Amino acid sequence: MSTLTSSIAAGFDVEKIREDFPVLKQTVHGQPLVYLDSAATAQKPTVVVEAIRKFHEVDCANIHRGVHELSQRSTAAYEEARSKVKTFLNSASETELIFVRGTTEGINLVSSSWGRKNVKAGDEIIISAMEHHSNIVPWQMLCEEKNAKLRVIPMNDRGELILEEYEKLLNPRTRMVAVAHVSNALGTINPVRLIGEMAHAAGALMLVDGAQAAPHAKVDVQALDADFYTMSGHKVVGPTGIGILYGKAKLLNDMPPYQGGGDMILTVTFEKTTYNDLPYKFEAGTPNIAGGIGLGAALDYVNHIGIDKIAAYEHALLEYGTEALMQIPGLRLIGTAREKAAVLSFVIEGIHPHDIGTVLDRQGIAVRTGHHCAQPVMDWFHVPATTRASLAFYNTAAEIDALAAGLHRVKEIFS
Amino acid sequence: MVDDLYQETILDHSKRPRNHHSMQDANREAEGYNPLCGDKLKLYLKVEGDIVKDVSFVGSGCAISTASASLMTESLKGKSREEALKLLDKFHDLLTTDAAVTKDLGKLVVFCGVRDYPARVKCATLAWHTLRTALESAGVPEPVSTE
Repeated sequence: MSTLTSSIAAGFDVEKIREDFPVLKQTVHGQPLVYLDSAATAQKPTVVVEAIRKFHEVDCANIHRGVHELSQRSTAAYEEARSKVKTFLNSASETELIFVRGTTEGINLVSSSWGRKNVKAGDEIIISAMEHHSNIVPWQMLCEEKNAKLRVIPMNDRGELILEEYEKLLNPRTRMVAVAHVSNALGTINPVRLIGEMAHAAGALMLVDGAQAAPHAKVDVQALDADFYTMSGHKVVGPTGIGILYGKAKLLNDMPPYQGGGDMILTVTFEKTTYNDLPYKFEAGTPNIAGGIGLGAALDYVNHIGIDKIAAYEHALLEYGTEALMQIPGLRLIGTAREKAAVLSFVIEGIHPHDIGTVLDRQGIAVRTGHHCAQPVMDWFHVPATTRASLAFYNTAAEIDALAAGLHRVKEIFS
Repeated sequence: MVDDLYQETILDHSKRPRNHHSMQDANREAEGYNPLCGDKLKLYLKVEGDIVKDVSFVGSGCAISTASASLMTESLKGKSREEALKLLDKFHDLLTTDAAVTKDLGKLVVFCGVRDYPARVKCATLAWHTLRTALESAGVPEPVSTE
């Protein structure tokens, strides 16, 4: 029974959407590909591939320099992409949006630039128990360098942050609270607006790791009152190697450059360099122009479908998938938060995730197995690893049925 | 199909690993760790003169790494240090080269299917990397990592 009962799903033409993703029309090991690893990277629609191709075939030139036609076209396309991000994240201005390689670089930019200037010995940084390594390690490095202290908001058995404990961690020494909007390993949607309010009340800033949130729900950085918000293009059906760091202008203006080089300067002499204005102050060197343009096309595509429709459809898929997996004896879902994105992380008693992943792969089903770059999460749940099926709006109920059937095959082999 | 990888012998040894216990009187120990999948194992050897008299392991891992450790312990008993290292090389060739010689590998040939699953080679070699460490150093060295 591969139907979604939800009325939202009924109005969502997933088969038509799948036509936009050529990669999905293939067989793997003789079986139709069932791609359930979108939290690692999302597949790319033709319009994104075409936008990148057009840049290379028609408009290719370096940006922000050169008076020639191609350079002007490239610059316009790149800056237009920034403007699309402004609408997508609802930032107040394009100058608050810095192109980076991805979420990881966004966090590193803040920890390096803001952190070095503002964090002192004895200060405290708060992260959460469900962070991706990329939102742990940069802060750890900063704390080590500054002799500051890293504090961790604990979570409950469902994989939800315990806000009462968070409140106790906040104090006048807290400088920054850095949390994921959505957990990549558990799917938990964190109440970042409230987390930010509490941080601000304590005099701290908030950075949100939006890598897993931006593809699946409307993000409004002003409504969240986030001081920094960072995301990756490739999770939002865009290319790899491009992402966005949003920062409030007054904070970004006050921060020293992250890297030195071309584009981030106004004037250079051997005695002194004057830095460029925002956002270019943080964009040293020739950027990933094709990536930025690809990201712009990806956001157009997502907007065309409608992020709210995507969120509703994925929620229906998640409910369907949760129900299907719960029918499998010995299967335990890791991450059962009440507010959850379309991630199904699980373990099966007596069967190692790597074996599950291999057997599923041979049936054409792509899932992620391992610690999902969140080893502390695995430790908390006392599992070495999990199998994770992560869903996107191009997935279908029939694919979830294929996953369930695949897991029954896994159980046959290892029982 | 996937049965090429999970042959009956491998499934049997993964479900009922042999020599799966710690050893009080071991005189060589080493720990192996695959950070990618969290597999951990500890290997115990009793070496007398140049001969591996006894060998056992503890730890948890996937079917491939558990079966590999189990079958390795079976094939090592009574071998000299040099013979053990030679077997290790042959086993490694079996997993990574097309023209591997299967002679002298005995039951270990059941791992030939791993060659077609490059992501799983590290699972099959974890116990053997750990063995090398145990044989090459006395006492209890730093854990071996596959990364």
